[in-house]
Amino acid sequence: MTAREEILARIQGALHVRASDPANGHGKIERTYTRTTSMNEHETIELFIDRLVDYDTEVIQVASDSEIAGAVAQSMTKAQETALLAPAGFPQEWLPTSIAITLDENLSHVTLDAEKTVITTCEAAVASTGTIFLVHGGTQGRRVITLLPDHHICIVRRSQVYSVLPEALAAVTANATKPITTISGPSATSDIEMVRIRGVHGPRSLTVILVS
Amino acid sequence: MSIRVGKAAKAPAFPIAAHKALENNQLRANVRRATTTIRNKRALRVEEMPDWESLRSAGAAIKQHTLAHLDHYLEEFVRNCERAGGKVHWARDADEANSIAINLIRTYTPKDSTAPVEVIKVKTMTSDEIQMNHALEREGIVPIETDLADMIVQLGKDEPSHIVVPALHKNRTEIRDIFRASMAQPELTDQPEDLTAAARKYLRERFLRTKIAVSGANFAIADTGSVCVVESEGNGRMCLTLPEVLITLVGIEKVIPSFGDLEVFLQTLPRSATGERMNPYNSLWTGVTPGDGPQHFHVILLDNGRTKLLEDEMERETLQCIRCAACLNACPVYRETGGHAYGSIYSGPIGAILSPQLQSLEHSRSLPYASTLCGACYEVCPVKINIPEVLIHLRGRVVREDQKTLKGKLGVENIAMQAAATIFRSERRYEASQRLARIGQLAFERKGLLTNLPGMAGGWTATRDLKPIPSHSFRDWWKSRNNTTWSPKSNMSQGGAN
Repeated sequence: MTAREEILARIQGALHVRASDPANGHGKIERTYTRTTSMNEHETIELFIDRLVDYDTEVIQVASDSEIAGAVAQSMTKAQETALLAPAGFPQEWLPTSIAITLDENLSHVTLDAEKTVITTCEAAVASTGTIFLVHGGTQGRRVITLLPDHHICIVRRSQVYSVLPEALAAVTANATKPITTISGPSATSDIEMVRIRGVHGPRSLTVILVS
Repeated sequence: MSIRVGKAAKAPAFPIAAHKALENNQLRANVRRATTTIRNKRALRVEEMPDWESLRSAGAAIKQHTLAHLDHYLEEFVRNCERAGGKVHWARDADEANSIAINLIRTYTPKDSTAPVEVIKVKTMTSDEIQMNHALEREGIVPIETDLADMIVQLGKDEPSHIVVPALHKNRTEIRDIFRASMAQPELTDQPEDLTAAARKYLRERFLRTKIAVSGANFAIADTGSVCVVESEGNGRMCLTLPEVLITLVGIEKVIPSFGDLEVFLQTLPRSATGERMNPYNSLWTGVTPGDGPQHFHVILLDNGRTKLLEDEMERETLQCIRCAACLNACPVYRETGGHAYGSIYSGPIGAILSPQLQSLEHSRSLPYASTLCGACYEVCPVKINIPEVLIHLRGRVVREDQKTLKGKLGVENIAMQAAATIFRSERRYEASQRLARIGQLAFERKGLLTNLPGMAGGWTATRDLKPIPSHSFRDWWKSRNNTTWSPKSNMSQGGAN
């Protein structure tokens, strides 16, 4: 007997009393927790910003797409950064002209490791937890480009911000089999005496440009 | 069969190990500080969730449903994972899982390579369970732990003492000494910022050069074939993204039916584990994605005793665990002894039920007793595992098994319990034994208290005094109250609302 057959046989032997069809049983699970809220857009955005700031995330609000490049330049100037990495095919009008741009054309890990700053868009966001969903590929980039640089700038549209996690998860379900990363603030650890230290292996700073 | 849970087979019984732990004041202070911090943060983050109880119930229901159809969901996961380019292997026990991993690592190592083969690892308790690092080292493969706490444990040649924060028993100075010794950084201070920065620097080059990674999984999702890893530091993302080969070790109970079910667990797990609304990173991937991440992906589905817990519905509850460790932080026993006293990498209340059951009660038999049954663990459990109930059930199993052996049958405890059962079955015998005890206790009474009882009862009086049996019991008083015999009928006929 193969290991697969043996483990399945053990399971079937143990579960001698079988309930009905699994799909039917799964559908009947009671879900009385909050799956949608009646928060309006203003409340949702206020909450999102509050949570981001709580995680030490820089938030820059802009009124339209035409202000994105300026916000990027502002964040990078403040951080004294001079070069920006972006996914291949990233809209040029969102990138500041004053800054050297590198596009990720399947760059090697060593090349990417030398990059300090990266910009991407996102798929969805959750206000109540301050979480950003990246569905990788396209303008959200390969997984590695938002991992090696030290500063991640992420463009989030107000319309992409949901108030609770179940709403955002529903919004990404269609892309569930693509690589997905959820990001809630910069990387952190509390492994030493429970003192929260910002920035371990992932980016040490996160900037959200919130676009109306 | 080689079912193994870390070094549990060789560990001393809990009372012996606990005594040793209690003598270590530094360890007790470290454990107390850490568990108190997480407990308070968790309470804060749970408090703000008006639907917390609904989330707990839904989490329990999803897990119960999955376990009742485990074969179905495992096969669905395998189909979808393999369709997306992953390859799934099944392992009956620890040795089989380790040999699958070793074979895979060999397969992907160039034949002419002379340098030692390194693999980077994301925190996985399951790999500690099967002692994967020892198995790899025996084959000349170098496992590099990348979670900060796991690194501290590995470099310090220590054992994890907590499911989520494995090095919580070490303070900053102890950690600095471990890092100074193993990273060739004699100037390193004990500031957590500096220690973290040292780990970042030490690991970054290893992340970039290592071709093979081993990870665990928090969830394996049946309807998409995806795997989810929940983490904070970004070491998980590094291991899941940079290498060419990824080997993911998954206990069979980690499967969940659908992607949508994450909406429950991604709310309850971070709040329960670290007291955060959401942990910094969750990674989800499905098989292989061309041009993004490892191009060779293998899953090892591990049984290692799990299927035996399915048969009995109460024991099955143990498999609902999502390894948040909230029960450890809440437990008055764990908070005094720390994790090492349990002799198993799964410590605290969940360890006290999981470790003995995985090993068919052959080892860790003292763990079901390592509890006051106060119920704090059940109260905080995000998937509602009734740990106290399972503990009592397991104590029953241990006793019944012991009674089958000659040693157990003739043991003091068994004889005393059998005698007690005989006495409690009869009113006459009960009263006679009370009279006898009143005479017997005179020899041990000091200033109205029993302070030094002999034999097994001495275990109680060694740390606390006992009130003696009063000279006049309630039964005596009731009988002498008036000489009429009490009956429900006569009581009712007297009426009144007294």
